Amino acid sequence: MTQHERAIGDTLLKVDNISLGFGGVQALSNISFDIREHEIRAIIGPNGAGKTSMLNVINGFYHPQEGAITFKGEVRRAMRPHVAAKQGIARTFQNVALFKGMSTLDNIMTGRNLRMHKNILWQMLYYGPARTEEMEHRRRVEEIIDFLEIQAIRRVPVGKLPYGLQKRVELARALAMEPELLLLDEPMAGMNVEEKEDMCRFILDVNEQFGTTIALIEHDMGVVMDISDRVVVLDYGRKLADGTPDEVRGNQDVIDAYLGVPHDEGEA
Amino acid sequence: MGDSLLYFIEVTIGGLLAGVMYSLVALGFVLIFKASGIFNFAQGVMALFAALTLVGLMEKLGVPAWVAIVMTIGVMILLAWLIERLVLQHLVNQDPIILFMATIGLAYVLEGVGDLMWGSDVKALNVGLPDGAVDWMFDLGIYVTKLELVAAATAAALVAVLAVFFQRTRIGRALRAVADDHQAALSVGISLRTIWVIVWSVSGIVALVAGIMWGSSSGVQFSLSLIALKALPVLILGGFTSIPGAIIGGLIIGVGEKWAEIYLGDYIGHAIENWFAYVLALAFLLIRPQGLFGEKIIERV
Repeated sequence: MTQHERAIGDTLLKVDNISLGFGGVQALSNISFDIREHEIRAIIGPNGAGKTSMLNVINGFYHPQEGAITFKGEVRRAMRPHVAAKQGIARTFQNVALFKGMSTLDNIMTGRNLRMHKNILWQMLYYGPARTEEMEHRRRVEEIIDFLEIQAIRRVPVGKLPYGLQKRVELARALAMEPELLLLDEPMAGMNVEEKEDMCRFILDVNEQFGTTIALIEHDMGVVMDISDRVVVLDYGRKLADGTPDEVRGNQDVIDAYLGVPHDEGEA
Repeated sequence: MGDSLLYFIEVTIGGLLAGVMYSLVALGFVLIFKASGIFNFAQGVMALFAALTLVGLMEKLGVPAWVAIVMTIGVMILLAWLIERLVLQHLVNQDPIILFMATIGLAYVLEGVGDLMWGSDVKALNVGLPDGAVDWMFDLGIYVTKLELVAAATAAALVAVLAVFFQRTRIGRALRAVADDHQAALSVGISLRTIWVIVWSVSGIVALVAGIMWGSSSGVQFSLSLIALKALPVLILGGFTSIPGAIIGGLIIGVGEKWAEIYLGDYIGHAIENWFAYVLALAFLLIRPQGLFGEKIIERV
């Protein structure tokens, strides 16, 4: 399953010597790694390793004290969330951050927000160009809904959906942005085996069909080893290892710090 | 018998129409609270400021009412932009209480600026709204002024426009998104700062409408900002995050205080109108703190 039918391209995103601290706590120390076009890049590590902080730095929620981020050739100290979104970085969240009062459809439509430009007066009249535009975007959203097989819950307020489906809606919202880089924070947390398999399939399909570059944090080692091209391992805010799943699996530091359990390396 | 029924109807209608005025102010509160979690103490003063600006422009420039209204809308949008630039932007991620304190400061600044620019004497506001009793109702024996009906119709239209704005437009969807989850909204590329300018502009315009209605019926005076205090019980009743709640809460308080005044006044003393709203709010806080339509607040500890 590791060999996808797509070429890994040049570097899409590079983080250089990123250091991030909150008061006395050092969340990230001198982290450097890159993400190449079209690859699936996993970030793993024990709880508190700094994985989510790393994603937050990449999409601009956190501003690192040191280091630089290069995205599509443009170097900057810190991203700003809506600029990151504008440039093609979408993400999902560990604890599902959906707009709970809104329907599945409206949630996904917010992902089209940046691509809609018609004047507010037209929008209010829901007439003419604004209507055409809204319908065009609705069509794209329907494609994503079909793709993720969530047709049945279109009109349901997402707060009422079971957790597994909420995660899927969140993925749909991120996909609606047609991102170049998709950041997934534990996309399979709290799912049963069947839901995990579905999610795996969707992630691989997104990667293959749309060519989207994916960076994901995941605790299920079986999944990580199966679907990712390269893995970076963090522990206590430091980088422990970086390489293909096989290389990382064989790394003694990683085994000590994280996999660390000789009798069963399939479990984390 | 017929007389007392007619009187009851008249009192009820009068109460509903007074309630509409409270609703208008409460509506401005709800908009800002929904989108940013800020309790805007300055909402009442914004209504005063808008009305003062309108009267000032009409007097000093001698322009027709509608031109002055358009100009005042411009001033309110500029004000929203300035508030975001000078205040909110520097207080991002601060505790709600700090933002609340900032809006108290804002209230005094606006009052001062309004006083400085336009003076503190009571001014008549006449934008050409009809006044006097509604004839056919007067013939039936019910006294309702045309202005009150215009106010009610305007409030209804305003709510309809806001509903369309929130449900149909991309910006409305973005506003709802921000109200639900700041971080998620940022991650799909919604700019919080733009949204805040928009939402403060909209509530500035709502404040202008409230200011015109109150100003037309009782003159533009600084006590206008005190109606904001009546909006507080309205919010407690309706729930801080609900637009329908603001409307219905306003109506309940408007009617409730009139009924209490007329029908209970003889037994427990008059001037009930002054405190009825607050006692009702207190009762609500004890029984249903989230209000009629508000979301139940569950704080994670």
